[in-house]
Amino acid sequence: MNMLMSDDWRRVDGRRWDELRTVKIEVGVLKNADGSAYIEFGKNKIVVAVYGPKEAHPKHLALPDRSILRCRYHMQPFSVDERKNPAPSRREIEISKVTREALEPALILEDYPRTVIDVFIEVLQSDGGSRCAGITAASVALADAGINMRDMVAACAAGKVAGRIVLDINDEEDKMGEADMPVAFLPNLKQISLLQLDGKLTKDEFKECLNLAIQGCMQVYKLQREALMRKYFSTEVEA
Amino acid sequence: MREFRKYVLPGDVIVEDNPHIKPLANVIKIDNRIHATRVGIAEVTQNGVKVIPLSGIYIPRVGDLVIGKIIDYSSLAWVVDINSCFLGHLLAQDVFGKEFTPSRDDLTSKFNLGDVIACRIVNFDRTRDPLLTVADKDLGKINNGEIVKISPSKVPRLIGKRGSMIQMIEQLTKCKIIVGQNGVLVVSDSSKEAINMAVRAIMLIEEEAHTSNLTQRVKDMLGGSIA
Repeated sequence: MNMLMSDDWRRVDGRRWDELRTVKIEVGVLKNADGSAYIEFGKNKIVVAVYGPKEAHPKHLALPDRSILRCRYHMQPFSVDERKNPAPSRREIEISKVTREALEPALILEDYPRTVIDVFIEVLQSDGGSRCAGITAASVALADAGINMRDMVAACAAGKVAGRIVLDINDEEDKMGEADMPVAFLPNLKQISLLQLDGKLTKDEFKECLNLAIQGCMQVYKLQREALMRKYFSTEVEA
Repeated sequence: MREFRKYVLPGDVIVEDNPHIKPLANVIKIDNRIHATRVGIAEVTQNGVKVIPLSGIYIPRVGDLVIGKIIDYSSLAWVVDINSCFLGHLLAQDVFGKEFTPSRDDLTSKFNLGDVIACRIVNFDRTRDPLLTVADKDLGKINNGEIVKISPSKVPRLIGKRGSMIQMIEQLTKCKIIVGQNGVLVVSDSSKEAINMAVRAIMLIEEEAHTSNLTQRVKDMLGGSIA
């Protein structure tokens, strides 16, 4: 057996093949942001702040018919074992772009012409799958900011480890495993807004992996709902 | 048809397969389903479906009373920060009248930078910035008072049914409160203690806007401290 999978099909961190890491989501953690969220996705710890819609500066950036969504995915220097240079790396620029593209279909940007919406994703501690955790938290923060949305966005990865399709790849499995596939999903509209694949899969494996990732997204969506419900409706005293 | 209310999050399906129900506010119709677009309380009535949002910034609406601050002026108009993503424009003609000439009239003689004004939105359609007016009674420059900012989504709760909540605070504290729909309020015309009490009552309403029996609690709070 491979070191990533024990004889009784347990993974490095003791999870089964279809098990998520423990996820904790908190809403409205930053006072000065219009919307914010904190997520712990296994060992990932991420804070997301949303500002806006606000006036576009410089003005020439503004679009006459819709708002611009700007996303910044950034890893703190202390978020990984070896100090990370705080300047945006090639990887961070790419993740910022795919995050923006994963969130855009869910937002009704036409409702806020000539404005910008800023999303800041700060990774405080990283353990693989941070882009999915970032998208998940960003979607919660956008809902907290009260921006019109067609749907929430839930994200989760699946992949292939020790020859087996598994849900929610962690850092070790990502580095040593055979494939990693992050997926972002709009749960009510049943649309995929992010699909990346690093590694090789056969056609059947791909289908299995995608279905598993979508199942994972639905589990994440449930947790997003619980977090928002807790923030907005828990102190309901009487009917 | 069944009328009901429920808590919703963005994307939640409120009504399915009912072509007779109209989508009203903060909802979107996709195929034959009506989805919520905000966190809030969905109301399904004879007229249609709407969501009362519980968060979000202020989007101007024609007819709203807002409180803003003059942040800039040109020879023809003032630019007013109305706590929104759009800047308000107050035309000089609105203040000086039809005879206004930029070469003769000095805008700063009426409103200067930093002045706080109560104004009404006369025109807005998202393609252009909102147009403001001060030509009505109770509108214009505000000279004194305490400025309080609350979340614009909580303003209807602060006002209450037909103004019940705000009238109660005004009566109990003997303050005058101007409520801007943009979430900016001015509390004035009373002693410092009374103004502080009113501000605390407003803060309480903002924090507990979604709970019921709030009027009674605000009443208890104010009744207990002012003899």
